[in-house]
Amino acid sequence: MSFFSTALLVVRKDLLVESRSREVVYTALLFAMSCMLVFAFGLVKEGQVVTDAAAAILWITIAFAGTLALGRVFDRERQNETLRALLLAPASRASIYVGKFLGVFALLVMVELVVVPLVALMFGARLFRHPWLMIGLLAAGSIGYAAVGTLFAAMLARSRSRGALLPVLLYPITVPVIIGGVRGTAALLGPEADLAVARAWLMMLVSFDAVFVTLSLWTFEPAMTD
Amino acid sequence: MTLKTIVRAVSLAFLLVVAAPAWAATQPPASQEGFVPVDQLPTDEEFPATPLVAAAYGIAWAAVLVYVWSVWRRLQRVDRELAEVARRLEVQRRSTGSPEAPR
Amino acid sequence: MQRTFPLLVLMCIALFGYAPFLIAGAPYESTMGLVQKIFYFHVPSAIAMFLSAFVCGIASAIFLFQRKPGADRVAVSAAELTVLLGLIVLVTGPLWARKAWGVWWQWDARLTSSLVMWLVFQAYLLLRRFGGPGSDKLSAAVALFGAALVPFVYWSVNMWRTLHPTTNVVPSLPPPMMGPFLWCMVAFLALYGVLLAVRVALEERRARLDTLYLALED
Repeated sequence: MSFFSTALLVVRKDLLVESRSREVVYTALLFAMSCMLVFAFGLVKEGQVVTDAAAAILWITIAFAGTLALGRVFDRERQNETLRALLLAPASRASIYVGKFLGVFALLVMVELVVVPLVALMFGARLFRHPWLMIGLLAAGSIGYAAVGTLFAAMLARSRSRGALLPVLLYPITVPVIIGGVRGTAALLGPEADLAVARAWLMMLVSFDAVFVTLSLWTFEPAMTD
Repeated sequence: MTLKTIVRAVSLAFLLVVAAPAWAATQPPASQEGFVPVDQLPTDEEFPATPLVAAAYGIAWAAVLVYVWSVWRRLQRVDRELAEVARRLEVQRRSTGSPEAPR
Repeated sequence: MQRTFPLLVLMCIALFGYAPFLIAGAPYESTMGLVQKIFYFHVPSAIAMFLSAFVCGIASAIFLFQRKPGADRVAVSAAELTVLLGLIVLVTGPLWARKAWGVWWQWDARLTSSLVMWLVFQAYLLLRRFGGPGSDKLSAAVALFGAALVPFVYWSVNMWRTLHPTTNVVPSLPPPMMGPFLWCMVAFLALYGVLLAVRVALEERRARLDTLYLALED
């Protein structure tokens, strides 16, 4: 089986399983909305959100919901012992990684489809003024976050204290991605959208993605092999 | 050249090619000057720098010493256990008469 | 190695013993005065921290791809030293900043990215301690990400407008300051060598202990 057909098979399997129960999507969405509420109470002054806070709220919500989704996706694999089966399959580890990564990325996109309009609505953030740049930032940020997240969640799936350790590992390493996303989005949200700065941050995100995806692809196989 | 090596080389090249324009696209900073030496201490001190300098050097030294002490403590513990296990192995070897001890 | 180690320790003691005199004799900086003298420990420890992060990353890569257990021992030791040196950098820096910039901390690119890198290596150590079996390979992957951050941290001052001085400062140091700086740089590198050797020796003894325990059970 070719690399991409294996990866697509893994994605299809994940999305099919998820569509039957929709557990991860629902819990991630609800969690994201609670997250937004908590931040709103902390960052709202006289009914108006502090400037730049909407960008931070958006990205932190995506990050937290993403961690939740990652934990659940691999917990499910571990509980059903399908992870071992997956690793024993005659497919290259890299293609399994890409398949899992695309599944996580799809979950993140589903969360963002709900969270982004909500943030725009509830915090008066003009996120859709420059839609392509915004989509670019979201895509680049989600790719970077999903790449690192899939690697670490898969690695931790079989270890002790995985619930506590996933955030401990994930957040420091994905901070550059989150910062890029927040600064890029904040540049778009000002009264005069600073397109040059937003584009610069988008380029930075793309280069982070290149590094993270490459490193993740390199290390997935040796790290997952017993 | 295996496929893996080729893939790794290509991904490294991709990484560099993508990262380079990102670095080039960011803004250049304002010029920041190097250090300029003077002989006399400048007289306008709002609050004294001596406690800060003393604290900085003191904490740096303390951190290294605490670390050395920590490694020392761990080494002692491992050495004690090593001696203990070697002793038990020796006893076991003598009692069962089994061949040579492991290296 | 057995013979060079005591020599290295003596060299280290000598270097650090004479360093205070050199630092005291160095000229004051025109705008920052006395507090600039923190530079002579702050920058060498930062460079040693970057070196340590690279050592950890390279050793982790060797361990991941070639499965050499010796590489893993070096990686753990280098990670601990990265955290130690990072602590020194992140404490001496703010102490200097309080006088030079008027604030303890500033979320500029250099400070933020070095804090992130420090946290990544702390995560490495936490993973080693609490991750259970298999955490040696997982932490090796983490170390690769940590080491990949080093060039970013180093060049962040040149790429963004930061409060922190650029990398231009060290190459353009006037000779009366360059001397003490290079002395302290060599001192910190010698110290790093000593600490790494000692820490790796601890790991080797632990490995030997594990082998003996296994032999005992047989």
